[in-house]
Amino acid sequence: MLNIALPKGRLGEKVYDLFERAGYACPAIREPGRRLIFENESLGLRYFWVKPSDVAIYVQRGAADLGVAGKDILLEYEPEVYELLDLGLGKCRMAVAGRRGFYDSGERTLKVATKFQNIASRYYAAQSRDIDLIPLNGSIELAPILGLSDVIVDIVETGTTLKENDLEVLAEVVPISARLIANKAAYPFKTKEITELTEKLKGLVQR
Amino acid sequence: MDERLLKREERAVFALRGLYQRRGYLPFKMSKFEEYELYARNKDFLSSERIISFTDLNGRLMALKPDVTLSIIKRAEDRPGVRQRFCYDESVYRPGGSGSFREITQTGLECIGDLNAYDVLEVVSLARESLELVSDGAVLALNHLGLLTALLEETGAPEALRRELTACIAGKNSHDLLRLAAENGLDAERLCACAAIYGEPGEALRQLQPLCGSRKAREALDELGELFGLLEKESAATRIVFDYSLVSDTQYYNGVVFRGYLPGAAESVLAGGEYDGLMRRMGHRARGIGFALYLDRLEDRERERQWDVDVLLLCDRESDAAAIRAQVKELNDKGLSVSVQNAIPEKLRCREILDRRGEAARC
Repeated sequence: MLNIALPKGRLGEKVYDLFERAGYACPAIREPGRRLIFENESLGLRYFWVKPSDVAIYVQRGAADLGVAGKDILLEYEPEVYELLDLGLGKCRMAVAGRRGFYDSGERTLKVATKFQNIASRYYAAQSRDIDLIPLNGSIELAPILGLSDVIVDIVETGTTLKENDLEVLAEVVPISARLIANKAAYPFKTKEITELTEKLKGLVQR
Repeated sequence: MDERLLKREERAVFALRGLYQRRGYLPFKMSKFEEYELYARNKDFLSSERIISFTDLNGRLMALKPDVTLSIIKRAEDRPGVRQRFCYDESVYRPGGSGSFREITQTGLECIGDLNAYDVLEVVSLARESLELVSDGAVLALNHLGLLTALLEETGAPEALRRELTACIAGKNSHDLLRLAAENGLDAERLCACAAIYGEPGEALRQLQPLCGSRKAREALDELGELFGLLEKESAATRIVFDYSLVSDTQYYNGVVFRGYLPGAAESVLAGGEYDGLMRRMGHRARGIGFALYLDRLEDRERERQWDVDVLLLCDRESDAAAIRAQVKELNDKGLSVSVQNAIPEKLRCREILDRRGEAARC
């Protein structure tokens, strides 16, 4: 039995479509309701809907053999998992943004507001830039507008929210997309199943 | 001794201690504390930089040990032809998932000194036998870090890029490996071909053959081939696989590295390898190889008991103490555990209830 953690929400539905097209269908998953676990015994599959940021934990801790997690989560929490495939879904970018025309002269400590503390710390450490990290959990765009921070490090999809708040992307940190991940201790025992699934998905993704 | 009284972890410790001592590994009992300096100098070798430290009565900064290998290496002797073999079962203190520290029971062994191919075979075989003692159907994954070192040297990539490439290889992440190779003008095909090699040793060696051009890579491949050949001659239930993605910090580790997996366990339960780099950093000419088995990870697989006691013997204050005592003895002699109570406790699961309440009144 392959246990697969899917991220709840729009991305998860696109991911499931991809799995279905690869031959890993579980029709019950499309039925309306609040169930979180779906099984296709004949294919030896079990899907779970999991909060997107928790997928990596389920996989690392072995509750799921495979899962689909955003690269942002993998970079931020660095879970001990294999990252087998870039599914090319949920594409966006992690970026530094600030008020339109903001110029970082490098003369003083840069105030950086973010949900992604590790990603932001590593990005600025690589430039030896001294920063004051301000951890926030939501509405990050408010921080530079209200003067709480100079810049933000956050996920940018279309850039509309930034634009509407008179902010702009100042630098791209890393491109983000959904990745297929696997539990390292399950891999030796389910190598064939995991490799087959990965290859089938790869065939669809590369088309 | 009734083995049922032992937890799976305790049974494993006894069995492993016997195995290691039969092969000439001397038990090594160490102090709970070490000078903090030992870990500060080798913090990259540890799984985490976070260590419990305190100042002792003499003003020295001490640490609750997060690792055993470093303490054992302190005793290394650099004498030609001599090996020191130590085994241990010790508690180490490492950060847990929730930000607090955990006490982890670790058992393992170290073989240090003037090592040769036999010693590597012996330690890898003992790793395999250790897995077999704790579970059926285990898998031991092996790699030789000389292959990775040679591959990275051949790319001519700077140190920071080598770290990124290594992280991709360790994560079986061929998409980012391809991207990095393309961005830096490296041979993407070769890197990805190496990183993808996993599985049955014979087939893996055949796949590695055309990819190992440099002298260093060929030496590593020869060593690995010889080891796989020797292991193949031993009949064992544990499956051996080659895994190119099995990498450790090459500052400390070199040569053969390995990891053990059990069916149903969420993480690897055994990790080890050759650590000549660590020996050099600690000022020794001698070489070293060893492994640790993380017994706390066996807990995941332990089936929970259905009962706390076999028999709940209910009596009252008037019951004949001698008769109760005789019945407890009789049940114990049959191998059953007994809890004597005057009422049924809320939190005690029993398989059977013997109710002797009211017997005295009836007599």
